[in-house]
Amino acid sequence: MRHQPLFFLAVSALIIIGVSMMWLRHDRLGIPLLPENNTPVWLVEARIDFVALGDETLASLSLPDDPPGYRIISEQAASPGYGFSRVTESTGHRGEWSKREATGPQTLYYKVQFAPGRNGAPRASGNTEAPSEPQRIIWEEPQATAAADLLETAQRRSSTPASLTRELIKAVQSPNDQNAALLLDQHSPQQLVVRLLNQSGVPARLAMGLKLEDARRNQRLQPLVDVYFEDSWHLYDLERGGQQGITPNTLVWHRTSGPVLDVMGGQNSQVRFSMMRQSIPALDLAQSQTSADQPLGYISLYQLPIEEQGMLKLLLLLPLGALVVAFMRIVIGIRTSGTFMPVLIALAFIQTTLLPGLTAFLTIVGLGLLLRGYLSRLNLLLVARIAAMIVLVVLLTGLLSVFGHEMGINLGMTITFFPMIIIAWTIERMSVIWEEQGAREVAIQGGGSLIVAIAAYGLMQLATVRHLTFNFPEVHLIILALILLVGQYTGYKLSELYRFRSMVERD
Amino acid sequence: MLASPAALRSHGLLGMNRRNVAYISRYNERRLYPLVDDKKLTKERAMLHGVATPTLRDVIDTQHGVRDLGECLGDLERFAIKPSRGAGGKGIMVIQERDGEQFLKASGQALTLGSLQRHCSNILAGLHSLAGAPDSVIIEDLIEADPYFESLSVEGVPDIRVIIFRGIPVMAMLRLSTHASDGKANLHQGAIGVGLDLASGRCIHAVQHSRRVHSHPDTGVDLNRIAIPDWQNLLTLAARCHDLTGLGYLGADIVVDRNRGPLMLELNARPGLAIQIANGKGLLPRLQWIEAQEDIPDSAEARAGMAMAEFGEKIRT
Repeated sequence: MRHQPLFFLAVSALIIIGVSMMWLRHDRLGIPLLPENNTPVWLVEARIDFVALGDETLASLSLPDDPPGYRIISEQAASPGYGFSRVTESTGHRGEWSKREATGPQTLYYKVQFAPGRNGAPRASGNTEAPSEPQRIIWEEPQATAAADLLETAQRRSSTPASLTRELIKAVQSPNDQNAALLLDQHSPQQLVVRLLNQSGVPARLAMGLKLEDARRNQRLQPLVDVYFEDSWHLYDLERGGQQGITPNTLVWHRTSGPVLDVMGGQNSQVRFSMMRQSIPALDLAQSQTSADQPLGYISLYQLPIEEQGMLKLLLLLPLGALVVAFMRIVIGIRTSGTFMPVLIALAFIQTTLLPGLTAFLTIVGLGLLLRGYLSRLNLLLVARIAAMIVLVVLLTGLLSVFGHEMGINLGMTITFFPMIIIAWTIERMSVIWEEQGAREVAIQGGGSLIVAIAAYGLMQLATVRHLTFNFPEVHLIILALILLVGQYTGYKLSELYRFRSMVERD
Repeated sequence: MLASPAALRSHGLLGMNRRNVAYISRYNERRLYPLVDDKKLTKERAMLHGVATPTLRDVIDTQHGVRDLGECLGDLERFAIKPSRGAGGKGIMVIQERDGEQFLKASGQALTLGSLQRHCSNILAGLHSLAGAPDSVIIEDLIEADPYFESLSVEGVPDIRVIIFRGIPVMAMLRLSTHASDGKANLHQGAIGVGLDLASGRCIHAVQHSRRVHSHPDTGVDLNRIAIPDWQNLLTLAARCHDLTGLGYLGADIVVDRNRGPLMLELNARPGLAIQIANGKGLLPRLQWIEAQEDIPDSAEARAGMAMAEFGEKIRT
């Protein structure tokens, strides 16, 4: 406390700088202080990677053309040294990047912004383009018999192409159909439905859609079935069973018969998608900043590739979690196992949502504690025991995923978000505490960790909080100041008011 | 039911945040921590400063040393296995008796040599140490409790925790294990804390699970009549513990051995706050009085005398 005046000066400086920068950015650049209820805008970035062979290179990517439910606001291609052109062929829109000579790994970007198009049905163009004759499908034995069988059963139960499609999807998704099982060995369900439809004389093709979720990276396109009847094309998403249509968050990217990505003069090509939700003012800003060099623009995160923006969105929530932990431990006095483990759990909860995440976490730690009981009889050295624990935790995760999938609960994916090594250590610590201090202490520390994690999660998932931490990075100066203040707190903890209550009660 | 912060403050109660900021981080230099966190080092320093400690029998530093544990122990009957850098009393195993191949704990639980070896190898791997750092095992003589102390509790040896600030004993409590605490002397595990008058070593207040008690639940001993024999000597030993570490805010755990008198068992650079509950008094007024003192005498005897004169119960009831 010898440095007290200096300390408070520093803290107030941090807060003043933070607040005034926020205000400046709000005032000059028009970033809203609160997330607005505007229609969200999706920013999707396609990233094409390939290895060029040293000659003339041409990459051609199928581009979305009037996807149902969305309208394109703007698009932009970024790729150093490449010429870009948007061509419209009979098979739809394509973006073409070309370069005279290219060697080594190449990366091309294509950014596009969509707003949900509420106003009416998808336009007719492209959708009604009459198909050529259905493809001729050739099977080998024994697939041919199985296909014929499957088709015959479906045809018997249906009268129109629409009902035929529905029956085929049902048959393909039925777990007991042996014909379907045989055919699914070599084809994806969507491919199989398309082939069978074509075989029966109904023109059909594979379309490609993208599931829109905030701050996702490295996503691939999901196949959809596109069937032509009654003079137009109809989409089927197998996730919806035999029902026609697609889920509302699916963006149809590719809806022609050509390939999604075609690279000449390169190999190992692949295309991956990143996406992110934005509110419209933020979007305006992002656009204005790319051209003009605003005085405050240099701290903007919008110029980064979306892939990195998505990652930063999560990362920028961490300081808030740290503040929650500091507050809970210093002012409230909740005991946790592992100082910042609760923040990592909270971060995992954000990806899994609370309830499935909590279930998965408790299941894994509970089962882990049981297994640890057996491990302790093996007389292993500590490091080996924890290594063994990590293997078991990974296996448990795999097992639970399979189990959850069988039972129709999508628990599996959620577990993989938890930091495995942290979980293994948690289990080890918990079991030692159990042996030495009893189950009560385990409940106190484990429960404390979960309470802190849930509190941190509760705060981190608020739309306002996510908006502020990402759009106003200077908010972190204020968080830092608050953490410094909490670090100077010398008053009683809330838990001490309980712990020492007997001393006061006597009088 | 919560106490109001104002009421706690009026009792001079020291909270954990204040202890950490105003006392531990201000008076305890970080570089001195290893002296108390590593029992091997503490013992070496204690010998240098003439502070008596339990006799060290053996140190195991390597995993292959664990295999020879049987020979190390020889026919030692009663001993304690401890991690040298254990945190919060973790990992201490007390063997009271041997029965053929079996080792008996204070609770009567029988252990094989194999499980002792596993315990040692866990200690070496750092299971009980701070941050899981590799550690070594120390094996020392068990204390032969003074008959007076033996009569006070059921399992384990009663020990006396003294808080020492700038070399002056500030507050003391006697910790009696109970069946509920499994022979351990930690208050939160159900041991009894007996607050001691610094002037006389007599009981002034006693608690179990934060509630006032007047007799030991297992032995029925009247706690209010407890008076520690040879109190001045014990307090002087505590004051001397400051000299061997240089730490300003310190907790010393002292036991009284039947043959050797007061022994320093271990030191703690972050002593807990439960001693205030046991004494029914806050630490702050005494700490602040010491902070206000310009001259602290060099001799441990004089400092113990200061504590007896200043912090004793002035009004006896």
